[in-house]
Amino acid sequence: MRWSDVRLTARQFHPSNYVRYGYNHPVNIEAESLLPLTPATFHILVAVADEDRHGYAVIKDVAARTRGALKLSPGTLYRSIDRMVQQGLIREISTRPARDMDDERRRYYRITAFGREVALAESRRLALMLDLARKKGLAPRKA
Amino acid sequence: MRIYRLLLYLFPASFRADYGDEMEAIFRVNLRDAHGTARIALWFEVLHEVIMNAPAVHWDILKQDLRYTARTLSRARGFALTAILVTALGVGANTAAFSVADFVLLRPLPFADPESLVRLCEGPRTGGGWGCMNELSPSNYRDFKAMNSSFDAMGAFTGAGVNLVGVGEPRRLEIAPVTQEVLPLLGVSPALGRVFEAREEDRRAVVISYGLWQSQFGGDASVVGRTVRLDGVPHTVIGVMPRDFYFPTRNVQMWTALRFQNEDYEDRTNTYIRGVARLKPGVTFEQARGNLELIAARLSRDYPDTNAETGISFFRMRENMSPRFRLMLMALGGASLCLLLLTCANLANLLLARAAARERELAVRAALGAGRERLMRQLVTESVILTLCGGAAGLLVAAAGVPLFASLVPDTLPIAAEPSMDLRVIALATLFTTLTALGFGLFPAIRARRHTTFDALREGVRAGGGAKQRLRAVLVTIEVTMSVILLITSGLLIRAVWRVQAIDPGFQAQNVLALHVALPRPKYDKPLQRVQFYDRVLERVRTLPGVQSAGFTSGLPMVTTGLITAVEIPGREVASRRREGVSHRWVTPQYFTTMGIPLQRGRDVEDGDRGDRRWVAVVSASFAERYWPGQDPIGKTFQHLDDTRTVVGVVGDIRVRGLERTSEPQMYVPAAQAPDPFPGGFDPKDLVIRHSGPVTALVSAVRHIVHSIDAEQPISNVRAMTDVIAGETASRRGQLQVLGVFAVVAILLSAVGIYGLLAYTVAQRSQEIGVRLALGADPARVGRMILADGMRLALFGIVPGVLGAYAAARGMSALLFGVAPSDPATFATAIGLTLLTVFAGTLIPAWRAVRLTPMSVLRAE
Repeated sequence: MRWSDVRLTARQFHPSNYVRYGYNHPVNIEAESLLPLTPATFHILVAVADEDRHGYAVIKDVAARTRGALKLSPGTLYRSIDRMVQQGLIREISTRPARDMDDERRRYYRITAFGREVALAESRRLALMLDLARKKGLAPRKA
Repeated sequence: MRIYRLLLYLFPASFRADYGDEMEAIFRVNLRDAHGTARIALWFEVLHEVIMNAPAVHWDILKQDLRYTARTLSRARGFALTAILVTALGVGANTAAFSVADFVLLRPLPFADPESLVRLCEGPRTGGGWGCMNELSPSNYRDFKAMNSSFDAMGAFTGAGVNLVGVGEPRRLEIAPVTQEVLPLLGVSPALGRVFEAREEDRRAVVISYGLWQSQFGGDASVVGRTVRLDGVPHTVIGVMPRDFYFPTRNVQMWTALRFQNEDYEDRTNTYIRGVARLKPGVTFEQARGNLELIAARLSRDYPDTNAETGISFFRMRENMSPRFRLMLMALGGASLCLLLLTCANLANLLLARAAARERELAVRAALGAGRERLMRQLVTESVILTLCGGAAGLLVAAAGVPLFASLVPDTLPIAAEPSMDLRVIALATLFTTLTALGFGLFPAIRARRHTTFDALREGVRAGGGAKQRLRAVLVTIEVTMSVILLITSGLLIRAVWRVQAIDPGFQAQNVLALHVALPRPKYDKPLQRVQFYDRVLERVRTLPGVQSAGFTSGLPMVTTGLITAVEIPGREVASRRREGVSHRWVTPQYFTTMGIPLQRGRDVEDGDRGDRRWVAVVSASFAERYWPGQDPIGKTFQHLDDTRTVVGVVGDIRVRGLERTSEPQMYVPAAQAPDPFPGGFDPKDLVIRHSGPVTALVSAVRHIVHSIDAEQPISNVRAMTDVIAGETASRRGQLQVLGVFAVVAILLSAVGIYGLLAYTVAQRSQEIGVRLALGADPARVGRMILADGMRLALFGIVPGVLGAYAAARGMSALLFGVAPSDPATFATAIGLTLLTVFAGTLIPAWRAVRLTPMSVLRAE
């Protein structure tokens, strides 16, 4: 079993947090308490949802998916990543791609189970809002 | 690229370490793809994002660290509370002490350009210095004013008391008659109206203080132009001074115009006015002194009869206080510095102890990849939070402490009675403790990095090395040193107070009540009018229940210290009129009985001593000894104010000028045998009553009697003579209270410090002690070893402490009132007390060591 799979009933406890930030007991975070997510956080979660990515890849993925509407700057990206790692939404992984594809400076991130839960909760929230707006004619009907 | 790398330095080091390389790589790609104007746009974008994000990241980390600090400190509540308390104590005591010292000694007086304000009076011919031997006479003042080239302006003032009638209850006021130059040269404009000018109508004008305006006139803006009666004479209010204006002292509530007539200039020995002046721009204090000394020399040549020994005493207005106050405040400042040093040492000790406990945690975190910067930052946040809490609590301590110091504010300075808190000082003290906290709080982080991480882990239970133990021992030694200094100096001051309190004032103060009943002129200009008033009051007061005796005097001992005159003895050459001053009082019969001044020979002043009988005097023993050494003074005569008086009695000497000062010989003459016109200021105005029974009933009965005789006559300054004597030592006792508290806190802190260190040592060495015991060591010997450790620390602290205390005592020997700075009893007591406290601190650790068993130690492993 890997650390990222340990679920402590909606608690996220990660040993790296202890090491890096001196947390001396499990941090109790409910998924709902993190909502609403900032656009940057949500898009980063989406970007790493299906495959592990490094920072630059996240930027490019977000830009491509939003057709250039959201361009993450490196500062915003890594500040978000730093916070998301602490909150246990994503984690840095040590498995790396084949050497010819790799740049050793790069760090790769993977979504955690908790991160998935939070992303789902955010999607549900957005869907609910969209639904409400539709009922009042404030959003296009479903295609 | 280099610029980008520099920009990255705006981010926290830990963030840079984690993400800097990647950010740089991304920027490199972006830079490669951008050309021409796009490149400029990229730079703007980068600048914008760094400026927006770097502070945000710092803030994120700060929030994390604050959360972390709150959590760790709430887990170590005992440590946090102790650290905060210790800091609060050090910061608070220092803030209070320095606020007072700054208020009295340093802060500029509330006048325009206060540094150029000086006070003038007559001093000895040789050299100025502090203190006035005499006030100025109007003629000498006039000459100094006309002949000097150093001052922009010079004015004169004096002090007086008047009865204010017609505005509410009749009230006795302290006032200051001032020449028209005085208020303008101080550079403070009135809050309302104007100050004195050369107009004729200003002769009967008054300027009132803000306090009087509020209390007596209800702050009514139309007060200017109103007429008030001072001693029955109508005066017009022309102005109100602002709230914080005090001159020459804070008790003065009104200013009247002081103008000199030609006859005022006739007698150069009639010294009763004080000079105030403002230095010309560019003229130094020393130049002005030289200039004045030249004038004084010329005056003594021109008027050898009166000015041969008259020089000028000249000092900055700021320095118008007894040197004792300065010394007391400096001693207090030194004591609070000692305490600050001690609290810093204590704080450092606490933090080191905690660091030892956390070393493993930090080592583990460092081993698992936590950055040093990140750990440091956390520790710094923790330290700063601790000291900020301590500083805030210290502010409360200081606020509570400042009023304790009020007795150390001399009433001769034109400043408020209670010092205001000084935020500059608290910032400084907090900074000092924060630096300590930072220095010793960072220690574990630095160690965590220097230590190869494995060492800390491998050391096992015995984390923490000898170097740190030594450092803690040094800190404990410093604590002991500081507390020994504080103990010894306060011990010496206690002995000095005892000595002062043991001085016999020459009269019996118990059960004597004093009331101020000053009869106004010109209403009571005639001696007969006054004598009638005294007779009627005394006659009725003496019949009151519980009253044993009552009398009037022209000045209470230790309250009125002046009223000095000279007498001439037929056939005796006067060496110096100034040097042969005698303290002179007009008294009614029963004054000596009431005050408990023993009659040594002859008789008391009697009812029969009226103006038409032989004019008599009662003198003190030292008076008789000065003028008729070895002879019977009864029946001898002397000249005083053109009258011949015969000595009819000798009484004991009293301490007119106060317990700690030498007083002139005393001469008492009957109030009924007064010349007409009568010299101002000398008429009897203090009623003293020896009584048994409740004071409040007595006071209201006396008030009633006085009121029925003259409805416009106020009574003021009701006080017990015991309070007057207590007032003599008030500033000393105030200082002592503070020092005493400092000393007690110091000794307790150092005991706790020693206890903490030894308890830790025992815990650290429990394994070794256990092994020793297992190998057959005697438990009593182990206990003795721990005790010896404690005593050694104490001795290392006591030796420099004793030396420091001796040096401090030498510096303040003027405060010790004859107690030797090396007083063996005090030193022995202080050392004994320190050893005892240290011993108490070592007992528990020693007991723990003795009770260790090899089994318990091994089980703990």
